[in-house]
Amino acid sequence: MLLGRVIGTVVATMKSDGLDGVKFLVVQPLDKHQNDQGQPVVAADAVAMAGPGELVYYVASREAAEAMVERFVPVDHAIVGLVEQVALAEDPR
Amino acid sequence: MKIADVVGTVVSPICHPFFEEKRLLICDLVDPDGGGDGYMIAVDVVGAGVGERVLICDEGTSARQIFGISTGPIRSVIIGIIDEIA
Repeated sequence: MLLGRVIGTVVATMKSDGLDGVKFLVVQPLDKHQNDQGQPVVAADAVAMAGPGELVYYVASREAAEAMVERFVPVDHAIVGLVEQVALAEDPR
Repeated sequence: MKIADVVGTVVSPICHPFFEEKRLLICDLVDPDGGGDGYMIAVDVVGAGVGERVLICDEGTSARQIFGISTGPIRSVIIGIIDEIA
């Protein structure tokens, strides 16, 4: 799982079966210091409470589909939690 | 499995039901020589804490087996605290 910041929403009327009612959000992957890292991805919102600006953590690959109510769906990134706080120790490196 | 250093914690009151009551730790991935980069958030089942070097199992089916479930959005689990790498 990695940290991400929700930076937008995706609206798609025509979707694959099993994805009705699923919210898609654009997520910018972050490093542990919450700096942008890599290209944004579109993730399904498995907590149904995330919105733009929010700090989240997400799962990728098969585990993303496992997060959805309907499990055999074509989802490769899913938001599984909203982050209230990240506490980092002093970086030893 | 991967070697990592626990460097922080994540607090998440609103989450997928699987992650309720689970301890989420931010882990810096390291190679056996102590270098390496990147991180991952893993669920702790062994009581690891910040500053400890740990062993992470990064595979979905194994992770679900640890929790005795057949479905769940879990992949990265801290399965051991490393005493020494010889």
